[in-house]
Amino acid sequence: MAGPIDLYDVANAERDAQAHYRRRAFVCTSTGCNSAGAGAIKQALADVVTEADKTGSVQVVPTGCFGLCSRGPLVRVEARGEEPVLYEHVDDEVADAIANEHLVGASRVDAEVVSLDLPFFTRQERVVLSNAGVIDPDRIEDYVAHGGYRALQAAVETMTPEGVVKVIARSGLRGRGGAGYPTGRKWDHLASAVAEQKYLVANGDEGDPGAYMDRTIMETDPHRVLEGMALAGYATGASQAYIYVRAEYPLAIERLERAIREAKRAKLLGRSVLGSDFRFDVEVRIGAGAFVCGEETALMASIQGERGTPTLRPPYPTEKGLWGQPTMIQNVETLANVPMILERGAEWFAALGTPDSKGTKVFALTGSLENTGLIEVPMGISLREIVEEMGGGIPGGKAFKAAQSGGPSGGCIPAQYLDTPVDYEHLQKLGSMMGSGGLVVMDETTSMPDIARFYMEFCRDESCGKCIPCRAGTVKMHAFLDRICEGVGRERDLQHLESLCHTVRATSMCGLGQSAPNPVFSTLEHFREEYLELLVPDETFNGSSAVSAATTTPGGAA
Amino acid sequence: MAERTNNGASSHPSGDERFGVLDKALKRTRYSQDQLIEILHVAQGVFGYLSEDVLVYVGRELKLPLSRVFGVATFYHLFTFEAPGDHSATVCTGTACFVKGADDIVQALARRFGVASGETTDDRRFTLKTARCLGSCGLAPVVVLDGAVRGHLDVDGTLAEVETAMAADEADGGDAATSEDVAEEVRV
Repeated sequence: MAGPIDLYDVANAERDAQAHYRRRAFVCTSTGCNSAGAGAIKQALADVVTEADKTGSVQVVPTGCFGLCSRGPLVRVEARGEEPVLYEHVDDEVADAIANEHLVGASRVDAEVVSLDLPFFTRQERVVLSNAGVIDPDRIEDYVAHGGYRALQAAVETMTPEGVVKVIARSGLRGRGGAGYPTGRKWDHLASAVAEQKYLVANGDEGDPGAYMDRTIMETDPHRVLEGMALAGYATGASQAYIYVRAEYPLAIERLERAIREAKRAKLLGRSVLGSDFRFDVEVRIGAGAFVCGEETALMASIQGERGTPTLRPPYPTEKGLWGQPTMIQNVETLANVPMILERGAEWFAALGTPDSKGTKVFALTGSLENTGLIEVPMGISLREIVEEMGGGIPGGKAFKAAQSGGPSGGCIPAQYLDTPVDYEHLQKLGSMMGSGGLVVMDETTSMPDIARFYMEFCRDESCGKCIPCRAGTVKMHAFLDRICEGVGRERDLQHLESLCHTVRATSMCGLGQSAPNPVFSTLEHFREEYLELLVPDETFNGSSAVSAATTTPGGAA
Repeated sequence: MAERTNNGASSHPSGDERFGVLDKALKRTRYSQDQLIEILHVAQGVFGYLSEDVLVYVGRELKLPLSRVFGVATFYHLFTFEAPGDHSATVCTGTACFVKGADDIVQALARRFGVASGETTDDRRFTLKTARCLGSCGLAPVVVLDGAVRGHLDVDGTLAEVETAMAADEADGGDAATSEDVAEEVRV
């Protein structure tokens, strides 16, 4: 192809083709459902349909995440003039029935079905995930048919870079990686930096255990991430971009690489984006299993092929980043918000959410809940709505104990704060944080000191070792927590733990160490009595007690 | 230097065609020192692990001191310096899996095979590993058995599955390929 693709033609052709199908089956092929066997099910459906449907009126579409991961594999059947049907826990037998009866035939299969009226679905507000479960992530045409790359075209053809920065600033979008820094301000920093080469980095190094928002976005709608990156590049003058993805996410890497190839071929990326003189190249860079690489200076070191250790800021990356040049690091979810903000306008976006936290947030809702999976909700929704209504409450009639947000850098929110609105400021006030979006629900059977120990073990293993407070502090804090959890801790262990927590928070070099004590602080604040119950009273302590702290440390290797 | 595996006729001067795969990757990345991590991924993909020979080779080709190659390789958790066993179980120890009992699974496997996490049994039949969140939290607890992700597992179920897999290749009289699950994690 010589020139760039005509988005209008491609979109029309694709829409016509889709309208031609009498029935369409959408199969979730994200990592969660794939692990449960979705790949084989998609193939089985496609085989039957190709064999039996000679008129070509049925289509089987592999899509990104539907969200309700705990009920996978999921298959949704849509037909003109009929209510869509969402089948859950689809196995080979059910897949065969769906293919023969519902796709080739026209009668609903008597199998397990999820109501699409569940609050889990109806309470969502989908911006970033609007294409999830709708388009085939491996086909650029499908993305274009759903409005893809229109914002990029409009920006390149009709807007100045400053104009794009202004729209993002006015929208009130804030970084979705955890800290919530205003995106428009960051873009402005990079745009005003003067250098021969500026870089953009999309941070897809989602290391928080219990979080998979970014993975899902990359797997489900890779072109949206690329379009957001290209818009950021156009606005700030960065012509070379990297997308840094964890090696643990092979499917996301594969889909992104294919998306980059297709976008290049269509001249939506590359030397001349859409025929303009805007040049923009994207490369995927793969991590190798180091949590600290989510920290922006460590991430840059890793992109340069070095040990992923952080450096002191300032200078900030927007002044001196990759190879000493101005560099902007943005979370994947933040970038995925950008295309729709430009298409629908800053005011539309600013009307979503709360005055200080605008827009939506994607959460990975996991732990002790009926419905677990991925949700996108407007900022400001209460935790109670998320846990009780969307999550469907806790199975087995157990009582809610706490929700943990922000992973190893965050904290626990107990039952009395369930009505707190979920936004940056409120969560921080409760001693937790938005984090990247992991939300783990714990019931009454979970021991909170044990959770604190779990996160501390994580931080101990993931500490890069560059600064002493974090390197030695996490080891000692874990040792104190271990003693307490194993029932051999004393009052003074708790005192030492608390004082050490303050020291490590105040003196560590990067966010990993500074926030490592957070789970301890927050569990102590809300569940101190659980710690006290585990302590051995001083008077009964005979000093030479030979209680062995039977501890195993999974993940301690490497 | 340790001995170099010699597979007879091969286009690579070392006689080991796996180095040829590595050479291709080096060429593709234009011997860029920045791409050291990518190269190490490729090397681990073809060799199964990073031996000293391979690290020396990568260092020479990229004109990097061995200390840098070694420093980077040992920094990242995914790189391993020992050949994996015939079978492997990687237990996810992310938060969601932890809350649902992943620790019990790790301990049960450790007891059953007498290895700690990251270790391989003396007969090289089984490697136990743990991972920090595989991002399949909806299926918690998750265990990757010989490269295949299994969800909603418990202690007995995991032990049974591992033993079935190991018994299967005893019956075949051959050992199942573990290179597959290495390749799954690491792209070539």
